[in-house]
Amino acid sequence: MSSNNKPVLLYGGILLIGIFLPLALPAFQTQISVMWMMVTFALTWDILGGRMGYNSFGNIVFFGVGMYASASMQHELYFDIGQFEVISDQFNLQLTPEKYLFGLGLGMIVGAVICVALAWVLGSGILSLRGHYFAICTLGLGVAVGELAGTIDYIGAGSGMAAPVFPLAMGSAGLFYSYFFFILVVVTFFSLKWLYSTRFGLAINAIRDDEDKAEAMGLHTTRYKTLAWCVSAFFLSFAGAGFGHLNGFIDPLDVAFPGATFGVWMVLMAILGGKGTLWGPVVGALAFHITQEFFWSTLLGWQRVALGLMIVIVVVFFPLGIMGWAREKWPERFGHILEEESS
Amino acid sequence: MMIGALFALAAFGMALVWGVMNVINIAQGEFVVLGGYVAVLMAQSGIHPFFAIFVAPVVLYGVGWFFYQTIIKRVVDKDLFTSLLATFGISILVQQLMNQIFGADIRRAPHGFGTWGFFDNLVTVEQVKLLTALAALALGGVMVLFLKKSRLGQAIRATAQNARAARIMGIDTDKVYAATYSLNAAICGAAGAMVAMIWVVEPYIGLVYTIRAFMIAIIAGLGNLSGVVLAGLGLGVAENFAGFIMGAEFQIAFVFSLLVVILVGRSILLGRKREYLK
Amino acid sequence: MSKNSKFLSVLACGAVVTGLATTGPAEAKVEGDTITLGSAVSITGRYAVNGKHTKNGYDLGVKFINDKGGITVGGKKYKLAIQYYDDESTAARGTQLAERLIQQDQIKFILGPYSSGMTKAIAPVVEKYGVPMVEGNGASRSIFNQGFRYTFAVLSTSEQYLSTAIDLAAEQAKKDGKDPSSLKIALGVRNEPFALDIGAGIHDDAKRHGMEIIIDEKFPKEVSDMTSFLTKIKALKPDVVVVSAHTVGGALFVRQMTEQKANAPIVAMTHCESAKIEDSTVFGSAGEDILCAGQWAPELTYRDDYFGSAMDYTKTFEKVYGYVPPYQAAESTASVLVYADAIARAGSFDTAKVRDALAATDMQTFYGNVKFAPTGQNIAKPMVLRQLQNGKYKLVAPSRWADTPLSFPRMAQ
Repeated sequence: MSSNNKPVLLYGGILLIGIFLPLALPAFQTQISVMWMMVTFALTWDILGGRMGYNSFGNIVFFGVGMYASASMQHELYFDIGQFEVISDQFNLQLTPEKYLFGLGLGMIVGAVICVALAWVLGSGILSLRGHYFAICTLGLGVAVGELAGTIDYIGAGSGMAAPVFPLAMGSAGLFYSYFFFILVVVTFFSLKWLYSTRFGLAINAIRDDEDKAEAMGLHTTRYKTLAWCVSAFFLSFAGAGFGHLNGFIDPLDVAFPGATFGVWMVLMAILGGKGTLWGPVVGALAFHITQEFFWSTLLGWQRVALGLMIVIVVVFFPLGIMGWAREKWPERFGHILEEESS
Repeated sequence: MMIGALFALAAFGMALVWGVMNVINIAQGEFVVLGGYVAVLMAQSGIHPFFAIFVAPVVLYGVGWFFYQTIIKRVVDKDLFTSLLATFGISILVQQLMNQIFGADIRRAPHGFGTWGFFDNLVTVEQVKLLTALAALALGGVMVLFLKKSRLGQAIRATAQNARAARIMGIDTDKVYAATYSLNAAICGAAGAMVAMIWVVEPYIGLVYTIRAFMIAIIAGLGNLSGVVLAGLGLGVAENFAGFIMGAEFQIAFVFSLLVVILVGRSILLGRKREYLK
Repeated sequence: MSKNSKFLSVLACGAVVTGLATTGPAEAKVEGDTITLGSAVSITGRYAVNGKHTKNGYDLGVKFINDKGGITVGGKKYKLAIQYYDDESTAARGTQLAERLIQQDQIKFILGPYSSGMTKAIAPVVEKYGVPMVEGNGASRSIFNQGFRYTFAVLSTSEQYLSTAIDLAAEQAKKDGKDPSSLKIALGVRNEPFALDIGAGIHDDAKRHGMEIIIDEKFPKEVSDMTSFLTKIKALKPDVVVVSAHTVGGALFVRQMTEQKANAPIVAMTHCESAKIEDSTVFGSAGEDILCAGQWAPELTYRDDYFGSAMDYTKTFEKVYGYVPPYQAAESTASVLVYADAIARAGSFDTAKVRDALAATDMQTFYGNVKFAPTGQNIAKPMVLRQLQNGKYKLVAPSRWADTPLSFPRMAQ
């Protein structure tokens, strides 16, 4: 590893993109925010899906719970809750920047705590399922939670709820959230990179490869599995909180728990990039988001047809994902990565 | 009740494909809807839609065969998730193409059958439901006989048990897979024709059927036909019952919570069994 | 590592830059002699049927304005054009597309999407950028009580949709010598802003008349079967049944009600036209005597310079698109007319000036009078209630235009 400073180049390059992209393309700030959010999605899905071999369709639960928790926190903090119930959406929250940021921060922390607790509780039950059964159970979980959210009057039920309006004094919401999501991606990425290099990473890989053997070797598989889901839930709750505020309006099925779009896309992006690799989900999410945005602007009404075709082509021709494909094509470029990962 | 019988048909097809090919077909609901459109088109051109129960399977067999040869064939030996995504792609594709071809309007196939009422119409029996229930039953029976007795049916079952052994024994598994996938599409087509007569079809309603079929196949276990039928009927009843007792807003939430509970409960039971074995 | 990291960074940078570059450069809102309006409508997804009506309505409005020479601003004639996106019937997509229209395409005049949920999602976005939006398909009260200044709706708010039906029921009860407060109502609404609002309106009306609501159901968004709701109706025998379950739910309700032999003296619902319950080849006589709430009907006597009377509009629309325009199309066309009027009066493309001109709107279109409340909804037109009699929609309320008496009780044989 003589060239230890080389990764710095790569990370520096990405850092520059992260900082200057929203400034260079101010009109695209919202899309850039969503793009980074997609990267977070793919990264967090890959913890279970790629590294541990547990394919989850229900991670969207933590996204939505985090979103509702943080938005409700904002309402709780600054408005009398009795008043809120009566005139549920008659007011337009206009907060000072300090209040907004404090509420956002606190809401995120509360959301994260709730999500981790929820992941722990749900995980200890659901993670005892294997293979398809786990996948389908999480799918059911995602739908059930979304539908239940639509029946709770406290959070607006089917009418949805409005998140506080971004304070004008803080400038552009798009800029703020494109940095927020970029930082989220960076933190997630490095946390995972570190986690994968510890005993935890080895343990979940062992679970993927053969859970029974891992258990026989004395590994507390249930503990590791639940822990992995908690990590995933933790980061997703931040993504949810951020997206709820960026979007401004929270609908139970379309925005908070969109299992058929975001929920499936996170799987798709990770597979597209190459699951079980660190960079795969990042590359996959970028590629997916950009092509999708491109279809949207150019193929009115046919964009979903193009999307369907793309999915089919990806799984038929690149079943290993972009990174897997690139690795087979140019193995020499991945020499170091291969060593690192297999060590 | 009736909706349960139709779910059971779709679930049977799904369990078949899953058991034999190890492919979870997300496009199941879209095949059902496509079958529904066959019935609608027939009704429009003046043929009684009841005959669509026989025509739709033929059309859908072709559709299934096409998708198998172009797409499924290439992913069938990959892991489950690859094929799952492939069928998800097919599902989006079919759904959107239906929207472009048939338009987003809600369609139904009028059938002209009446309704019998009992007890001051508190209990009603629609003749069309009875007829389609019988047809569904007959179709299920034919499928069972086919799998048990016919040469191809035996080949399908052999492949399901052990594909490699079947190949060694001289069974052309590629052909078996093609037949299985197309058969599944055909079953869905028949179910779809019935849906169009009893309820309505529109391009985006497929997901409802996919998810229910999925659940029933899971609850019943793969390859357990009588289980599929019972689970299908049971689910139909449970869903309506939940809607009646708790209010319609909890209907879907109830069904999916039930799914989660059943799966977790099952695994706990199995886990306990394993401990005894120790 | 060096090769690898360079390769990756090139890959990543390249992907991001090319991807974003291909999304196209920002366009000016007025190019040459064309003013571009922007709209995200539902071309695919569960609102696709009404999304199509909305789009057709917009297109027809633009066509007629352009055929008449366009809009005069500062002594120069301008033509109209619309930039469309497909919001796929999801709110999350809608907000992103509104951002895109405003930020990337530099469009300064937004036409509303289809449905209350979508409008509710986009309203905060246009507010944020100070870009006016005229919409004809978001009727939920909750859009208009948030203090938005840039959202204008040519329609009446949703709690008014079916209150006439309750009033009619009360009148009928009095005629029959019964106390209106003895009436029992069954209510079934879809779990989304628009229908919930209708439900809230019915609750208010019931309170006003002292009626009791004995069934109060919320249907899930993707409803596939209504048996449990109908079973309750059969068991409890309400006098009035009110349903707002959007297109799919409406169609299901009508056919299952007949097939399961449930009935009530008065049955009222929304979205009759988009569910096509009048089509006897599909529904037989199942839709007979159902009361349908509408923003507009061809029988109304309003008129304007572009289309003539409401009936003329109906004929024109039918000639162009091959079907009778539902009110969703009419209110969309009206939105375009209102926009054109406001831009011409503002004499400028400045969004704040156009906004003020919109706020001062007071005009008649074939669709009805348009005058906005300070909160943005139209307060100058009533709702209409039509009843399906012998396969034709007949206007039964308000009494000013009603040409047919109410057929009561429903399907009395």
